[in-house]
Amino acid sequence: MSTLRPIDLALFAFVAVLFIGTGFAQSWNVTLTILNMGLISAIMALGVNMQWGYAGLFNVGIMGFVALGGLGAVLVSMPPVGEAWAQGGIRLLAGLVLGAATVTAAILAWARLTRFRGLAVAGILLIGFFVFRSVFDGGVQAVEAVNPAVTGYLGGLGLPVVLSWPVGGLLAAGAAWVIGKTALGLRSDYLAIATLGIAEIVIAILKNEDWLARGVKNVIGLPRPVPYEIDLQNSEAFVARMTAWGFDPVTASSITVKLGYTALFLLVLAILLWLAQAALASPWGRMMRAIRDNETAAEAMGKDVTRRHLQIFVLGSAVCGLAGAMMTTLDGQLTPGTYQPLRYTFLVWVMVIVGGSGNNWGAVLGGFLVWWLWVQVEPIGAMLMEAITSGMADGSWLKAHLLEAAAHMRLLTMGIILLLVLRFSPRGLIPER
Amino acid sequence: MIDLLNALVVLGNFVIVPAVSYGAQLALGALGVTLIYGILRFSNFAHGDTMAFGTMAVILTTWGLQSIGIGFGPLPTALLALPVGIAVTAALMLGTDRLVYRFYRRAKAVPVTFVIASLGVMFVMNGLVRFIIGPDDQRFADGERFLISARDFRTLTGLDEGLAIRTTQVITVVVAVIVVAALFWFLNKTRTGKSMRAFSDNEDLALLSGINPERVVVITWLIVAALATIAGTLYGLDKSFKPFTYFQLLLPIFAAAIVGGLGSPLGAIAGGFVIAFAEVTITYPLKKVLGYLLPEAWEPASLVQLLSTDYKFAVSFVILLIVLLFRPTGLFAGKSV
Repeated sequence: MSTLRPIDLALFAFVAVLFIGTGFAQSWNVTLTILNMGLISAIMALGVNMQWGYAGLFNVGIMGFVALGGLGAVLVSMPPVGEAWAQGGIRLLAGLVLGAATVTAAILAWARLTRFRGLAVAGILLIGFFVFRSVFDGGVQAVEAVNPAVTGYLGGLGLPVVLSWPVGGLLAAGAAWVIGKTALGLRSDYLAIATLGIAEIVIAILKNEDWLARGVKNVIGLPRPVPYEIDLQNSEAFVARMTAWGFDPVTASSITVKLGYTALFLLVLAILLWLAQAALASPWGRMMRAIRDNETAAEAMGKDVTRRHLQIFVLGSAVCGLAGAMMTTLDGQLTPGTYQPLRYTFLVWVMVIVGGSGNNWGAVLGGFLVWWLWVQVEPIGAMLMEAITSGMADGSWLKAHLLEAAAHMRLLTMGIILLLVLRFSPRGLIPER
Repeated sequence: MIDLLNALVVLGNFVIVPAVSYGAQLALGALGVTLIYGILRFSNFAHGDTMAFGTMAVILTTWGLQSIGIGFGPLPTALLALPVGIAVTAALMLGTDRLVYRFYRRAKAVPVTFVIASLGVMFVMNGLVRFIIGPDDQRFADGERFLISARDFRTLTGLDEGLAIRTTQVITVVVAVIVVAALFWFLNKTRTGKSMRAFSDNEDLALLSGINPERVVVITWLIVAALATIAGTLYGLDKSFKPFTYFQLLLPIFAAAIVGGLGSPLGAIAGGFVIAFAEVTITYPLKKVLGYLLPEAWEPASLVQLLSTDYKFAVSFVILLIVLLFRPTGLFAGKSV
């Protein structure tokens, strides 16, 4: 079942031609930039495909899980800020522990008490909230006051950044577990709304909790898993070899760095794809699809539908978190202000639907193809607008408006592609088999 | 006694008045979502962008009216432009239904297919709005700004605190009341409205009794277009118009519809006000109110702002979770398809 038809190989070849063509038409640097994000997009699409394609779960909070992965990258790789820890780190952590204790106490009270439990839970939560704030706020102020222009946060663990990728996945998995526990087992729309909400909240937390990851002040200069361009350019051996091969050392250095990322990401994608294919072909994968296709029948056969749903939801979200950590590593910075649902949630959905829901290869293909389109639609749109408006008089407002609006062609194009695929080829380019 | 009045006025000025108008806007939005859910049986993710599109049509018409010198006296010109905006949005809705949704309806597709199609529609509408009017903030409220300004209120009553009521807030509430009254009259008293409710309650039975489903669908879209345009315009008048903000309204609107019970119009209104009051109360610093109410020794040192305003989404979300956990069908039992 994991075999690819000739036409699927042709589709992959077509996408390869698109990327290579970009290399010739624009530059190889651009190709590699798109390719690296394409690899990350493919991983996100794999994660969503597990939830949607295997199990039929509708998750529209991908952005939140991706951002949590990015947070993981910061928390693992940045050096700890000793001063901040000394000033208020302990108090801040104590506050967080108190908050967690309050929630746990409330849950326990709800489960154990038989009388007045509503009142008791409300009381615990109310008192706990004020105790939490009184301890926590002081810690936050102390931490954020430490050299706010450069740090003002607790920093991370100072470990190699590659370690952060699984950690990012774990963070996303934790959030997914909480959401899944509440919203799964109810009507499918509820999961959609709940995930939409958690994504907004994750972004709000990242933007506002400066002690965590500097909020909108952004964490920049994350350590890299690959060498820096400038080090390569300063290395005589590198310069000598590149000159001998007839390349410009500056261009070659940036391409070498990008190729380093490409190799790392390809490795991750290959492992994930292999795991995903193995899982899909296993009895577990058959059970998942059986549940997706007929929940009632699967339940009658003794399958715990809600539990399986929770499992796959957590797994898929973890993959998205992993991709998020990789993306933050690639960017070298965490910028909470740039997370937008249309780009990080709904675009991934376009990838999965266009590629072929339920088919891992399809999701990967969709990731590459749609990401390439997303990047290239803007210059193509601008060219198209140039062509359309070339007959108009210079200086007319319509011409100016059309040229300016060309930048917004992306969303329009993605929507039309999604609608067309959904209508005329609802199973996607590489359908499930 | 004076302290109590002052506290009430502060609360009214910063919490009650804004929450009432915001609640009315959410309620109108949630009514649209809930109607689509009841009749067409899917969660319409394009609703926020439908509101944005409708508002854009109203803004463009308003600018047109203003440029030929037509105003509405002390009221915003946008109210005059509303019918045009509704007509344009209705045309777009019917076109979308014809091009996108009708196919899946005929194919008897599962609800989630409709939801994904609505994602596509969301992208297209979002793109259209950005394409036509751009992604920037637009303010289009004109006419009288205040019904009562804070200073007038102070001189009038002699209290220390002022209560400002903006014209747009009053208009929001008045228009919302009229729209809701008209909608309920339509749904409960007219033959078409009854056929819509019958269709929502039991599709097969409705079809058996000779109700034309396509007609019901067309009327639903017309009503939804009107509701979305009005809700969007009122929100834009009260605050400002920015396409991305409208997209983000999706969450509180859905929360309102679910809290009230999806498919229940009455629930949508209740849900809208629950969400709005919770959001505004929890994100407003209550220090001043408590300062008037409590003895001086107890006066709180901090702002007593439970959550920063950036977490207003968290409020609708937590309410949503509580309702999902303890009363999954919502306050007014909605339907579960």
